[in-house]
Amino acid sequence: MTDQSLSAADIAQAVAARKLSALEATEAALARIAKHDSVLNAFTDITADRARAKAKALDAAIAAGQTVGPLAGVPFAVKNLFDVQGLSTRAGSKINRDLPPAARDATLIERMEAAGAVLVGALNMGEYAYDFTGENVHDGPSRNPHDPTRMTGGSSGGSGGAVGGALVPIALGSDTNGSIRVPSSFCGIFGLKPTYGRLSRARSFPFVASFDHLGPLARSAGDLALSYDAMQGLDPDDAACSPRPVEPVVPQLARGIRDLRIAIAGGYFQQNVFPEAVEAVGRIAKALNATRTVEIPEAARARSAAYVITTTEGASLHLDRLRTRPNDFDPAVRDRLIAGAMIPAPYVDKAQKFRRWYREKVLELFKTVDVILAPATPCVAPKLGQVNFTLDGVELPVRANIGIHTQPISFIGLPVVAVPVPLLPMPIGVQIIAAPWREDIALRVAYALEQMGAAAAPSPRGI
Amino acid sequence: MAADKLDDYIDAVATAMGLPVEDAWRPAVRANLEVSLRLARMVDEFPLPDETEPASVYSA
Repeated sequence: MTDQSLSAADIAQAVAARKLSALEATEAALARIAKHDSVLNAFTDITADRARAKAKALDAAIAAGQTVGPLAGVPFAVKNLFDVQGLSTRAGSKINRDLPPAARDATLIERMEAAGAVLVGALNMGEYAYDFTGENVHDGPSRNPHDPTRMTGGSSGGSGGAVGGALVPIALGSDTNGSIRVPSSFCGIFGLKPTYGRLSRARSFPFVASFDHLGPLARSAGDLALSYDAMQGLDPDDAACSPRPVEPVVPQLARGIRDLRIAIAGGYFQQNVFPEAVEAVGRIAKALNATRTVEIPEAARARSAAYVITTTEGASLHLDRLRTRPNDFDPAVRDRLIAGAMIPAPYVDKAQKFRRWYREKVLELFKTVDVILAPATPCVAPKLGQVNFTLDGVELPVRANIGIHTQPISFIGLPVVAVPVPLLPMPIGVQIIAAPWREDIALRVAYALEQMGAAAAPSPRGI
Repeated sequence: MAADKLDDYIDAVATAMGLPVEDAWRPAVRANLEVSLRLARMVDEFPLPDETEPASVYSA
């Protein structure tokens, strides 16, 4: 029972049925990490002692006849911007390593562990989450499990690599402008960016308070739903966390999708895309029998407004560090943040006003559709260090263009599941976008696509 | 904005905010600022009613 293909659901069932001990599941994950992480560079910390202690406690509880949670014995890992008790929360930076060790776990880690999951480590990420590549000047790049010469995508790069490489069945990441959906696309896995305010961000290192979301990455829609359900619920420690009740999705997953109106995003979302992204959206649309195209209004301007709010809120967050320790930043991040500090305030206010206008227009659209399909990334994973790519004869910068299709969606906090389309040689993702608070719909569609074989997380080919 | 005018702006804001901008970083800071200002102007050009509330409305 140590097969890397075991899902979180399989592990939890086997552990609860005493066919597999939590300690065996934990040791298997630690062994996979020891074997493959020298290539993937996904992990920055391995919490082996903590994981073994947790697993032994679970096994003792099971032996004593106690009920265990729906994630019993499931190994998971978190992007290193989550507080892990006893570790300094580095958030991909050099500077934060000087912080004292966290006194308490992030809320989402506490909720995963309350459901029986076992934390095995913290994961590599782009510095301060201001990144779409998964590269990191301090810790080295996360490497793609299907081709280690390529990017994982970022900023949750280690989360993408660890799940795409099947080291753990579930990882947690953050998504401000696409940082869960981009690595999900490049690494060929499922990723959920919930509605803004759905999952607590308490005790995670922030980036852009207006847009920051946390969520899971997994190898199946079922595992996404299992972890998402375990993490829902109000948390007074996050000012943006919604008081909505817990709305479990697992019981809804297999309801089917016949009642759903599904459309393809046109215009902006069909521009600046490579043939692989066109192919992936086409396959998903065909599987769902979606033929209608809808126009998300002013998407390019929405992306611009997201960019402005991101760079200015990011600059505000790091202002003092920019003054006192500028040479300890990744120079590319520092220079973006300094520029962000120089944007006149009225432009930021305008961007927040535009955000409200845009939200109302997109919500109008959701009166006529339930799901919108769009590319998760314009391309498959670029090569590590790649600076430009050529599209339709035009040379474009890689970094600035990876997130063009994710930014207009997180800008207004819509829930999205990125589903993997297993093209060869590299997979690529498609966004399943739903109305606010309808994660259930996006996950039902992802589950249906998986059942049809249109979406699947391919076995890692590069390790 | 002309490059030299933007350099003057960078100097002025850096001084006002106490931000370091070393000569070696200036081209990258300026390039980033040019992109951000271009995108900000694209948002600014969009006509909105005077009554539009920002998305970040505070609730007491």
